[in-house]
Amino acid sequence: MVNLSVNIGELRFKNPVLTASGTCGYGPELEDFFDVSSLGGIVVKGTTLEPREGNQYPRMAETPSGMLNAVGLQNKGIEYFEKHIYPVIAKYNTHVIINVNGNTIDDYVALSERINKLDKIPAIELNISCPNVKRGGMIFGTNPDSARDVIRAVRAVYKKKLIIKLSPNVTNIVDFARIAEEEGADSVSLVNTLLGMAVDINRMKPSLSTVTGGLSGPAIKPVALRMVWQVSRAVKIPVIGMGGIMTASDAIEFFLAGATAVQIGTATFINPMAPVRILEGIEKYLADKHFSDISEIIGFLNRN
Amino acid sequence: MGKRVENLKVIDNKHLTEDFCVLELRSELGLPALLPGQFVQVKVEGSPETFLRRPVSVHDVDYSENKLSLLIQVLGKGTETLYKLDKGDCLNLLYPLGNSFSDPLQGESVLLVGGGTGIAPLLYLGKYLKNKGLRPVFLLGFRNLSRVILTEEFNSLGDVYITTEDGSVGEKGYVTDHSVLSKIIFNRIYCCGPDAMMHAVAGFCKNKNINCEVSLENLMACGFGICLCCIAETTRGNLCTCTDGPVFNTKDLKW
Repeated sequence: MVNLSVNIGELRFKNPVLTASGTCGYGPELEDFFDVSSLGGIVVKGTTLEPREGNQYPRMAETPSGMLNAVGLQNKGIEYFEKHIYPVIAKYNTHVIINVNGNTIDDYVALSERINKLDKIPAIELNISCPNVKRGGMIFGTNPDSARDVIRAVRAVYKKKLIIKLSPNVTNIVDFARIAEEEGADSVSLVNTLLGMAVDINRMKPSLSTVTGGLSGPAIKPVALRMVWQVSRAVKIPVIGMGGIMTASDAIEFFLAGATAVQIGTATFINPMAPVRILEGIEKYLADKHFSDISEIIGFLNRN
Repeated sequence: MGKRVENLKVIDNKHLTEDFCVLELRSELGLPALLPGQFVQVKVEGSPETFLRRPVSVHDVDYSENKLSLLIQVLGKGTETLYKLDKGDCLNLLYPLGNSFSDPLQGESVLLVGGGTGIAPLLYLGKYLKNKGLRPVFLLGFRNLSRVILTEEFNSLGDVYITTEDGSVGEKGYVTDHSVLSKIIFNRIYCCGPDAMMHAVAGFCKNKNINCEVSLENLMACGFGICLCCIAETTRGNLCTCTDGPVFNTKDLKW
């Protein structure tokens, strides 16, 4: 038997495979395909205090080995979540993590305080890196002072595990990871999508209603992997890696580069079973290489 | 009703024209229940440019042979690959997806309006309605003679009226110009085709107070309600075309 469990602080995850926010709904959407509770955790759809309609259609464009999205945090708000979603997903035998968003620091604080009261939610992922909203989101995650302010304010009110989701759209992502660590975050997750765009040459217009959007998929994997490697060498808090992971070998690259856990995102759109297949593949890799614990490969590249 | 991912075997690929084909697929597991209006997400292998699955309407179903047919129009790399598939090849499907056309009420006269590849779901819908004892009427719009396909199949289910933009077959003009619309009183119209056509049909139905359902073809990534990309603006807010649709009653759409 291989031990696949990993920890963020004292919070234990039974395995290191989580679904990425915005790519798994709230969990029930995947139940036709596999037992959601078999994963280490699920990071549910980006949530805001108020319901949001998101951006106008078209919100996506396919690109080589990837896709652009500009959903813009469409969600029904925290009240709907508390009343209708939480009772359903609180039954999962895995960690449910909420991706937290806001326009202002006050929004982030109010939402985090509210989620702090939900017993079955052991952690939040503070999204300071959404590229698809006009206010909040990436604006916090690309300015060191704003990032520090919002993390500090949320840390003051949120008592459970605080994960900061970092933007790759910065000069040096390590600076932001260090800020998160200094302000008492328990973990950083990276990367959110890369800002990109596509043009429809027949309509002679941008492919997305918002012109720019977030690029995800295998196209960004080398960039994401490099950033996970840099960050995991610079901070002591655990790093959750993501960005274009399609297969177990992709995930293993992230572990070797320093990720303690991984999130599976765009892959799930194409194969809804991807998270569980990747988990199986990781276990097989470890067994084949005669490792007894996932910790033996986490940060392997950084050991000498 | 469970969704699944499955490799289906290509048992035939009928090339109708240079850019239309009907792919016939067999499920070794046995087909799940498929409703008219539902769709499948097809994985096209072999190119980084066909990264996401392609949504394709259920065109025909034969449960006795576990056979599912898809009408494909070549529009880009993905559909080009599908056009070239051969007997014996495999195709990976995520299905069944989406809602369905709603059943007509007792005694209603129904018209099925399709344009171009949009005729795809109407064959299966026509069969379904015929099995329910109705006699569906079809109104199909094509660009010109070279694009007129599958009329025999539709003829076997009910009366077929055709328009072409150049008048080379049937009446000249768009479907909304066809004389059958003024000759017969329809209570319900099902429509699938280009956006402009569906808007025109929806407008016609609104004026005449006819119940109208359209099947939308919005760009989507996942097909099962997690990416939130394929939204349609409705009176109930932004809804996913893949799970709340693809079939919408036009009175619910902000058109």
